[in-house]
Amino acid sequence: MSYQYNIGCSLSNLKGIREFIRTSLKDHSIPELELSAIILAIDEMCSNLMIHAHHCNPEHTIELRINEPNRGELVFEIIDDGNVFDINKFSEPQMDNLIHEKRKGGLGIRLVKSIMDKVEYVNRDGKNVCVLSKAIQINS
Amino acid sequence: MVQIKRLQEEGIDTLAIIGEIDASSSIELDLSIAKSVGEGYKKILVDCGSLEYISSAGLGVFMSYIEEFSDKGICMVMFGLNEKVENNFNILGLADLLHIRNTKEEAKQLINELSV
Repeated sequence: MSYQYNIGCSLSNLKGIREFIRTSLKDHSIPELELSAIILAIDEMCSNLMIHAHHCNPEHTIELRINEPNRGELVFEIIDDGNVFDINKFSEPQMDNLIHEKRKGGLGIRLVKSIMDKVEYVNRDGKNVCVLSKAIQINS
Repeated sequence: MVQIKRLQEEGIDTLAIIGEIDASSSIELDLSIAKSVGEGYKKILVDCGSLEYISSAGLGVFMSYIEEFSDKGICMVMFGLNEKVENNFNILGLADLLHIRNTKEEAKQLINELSV
């Protein structure tokens, strides 16, 4: 299976992204808490990209693809042509520092790394592709 | 989209969050808490019974107030989180840093104990 969604880089489109993932995966017997965590991780990645690489310009678009190469393995691809925003290059901020500095950002990267198994970046046809993998428990 | 309703009773300011908090709407949460703090409330309850979703943008707002609350002697207790929302707090270990209770009664009891 493969699902695809194109989105303008406006934060008001995040809700649509969440609904797209939920609708696409609703028949995949993924436990609710796990599905919700995956949706959260992709929301975080897309909002980071919209803010940091596209400055929330709604005329810029990103593409989200969901693939299941093997049963129980989900692969999300977020494709765009902005500057690469590689979360692997950002060290996760310490919680103490976040509290002390009253920073409202920085938690998203920590969430994504906690939820997804692997986050990789590749260049395909001149575009940036962020590939996020997750092995899932399937309800029998 | 999120709506935040405020209700004041017995010296407690209750913020009821209705809807979803993500990067597009976390500012509403920030403004509501700032308003409550600005009006001098020392006891703030956050009713999450109708909070359907929260991303790091919203979680970060709660975290950003931890130190200010401690400095100013303000207590904030959240209650009514559904399982999915609570899980988002737990992934980051935030449940240990914030006061979270199941029901409004438990939350009120805790806020009154903490404020003594």
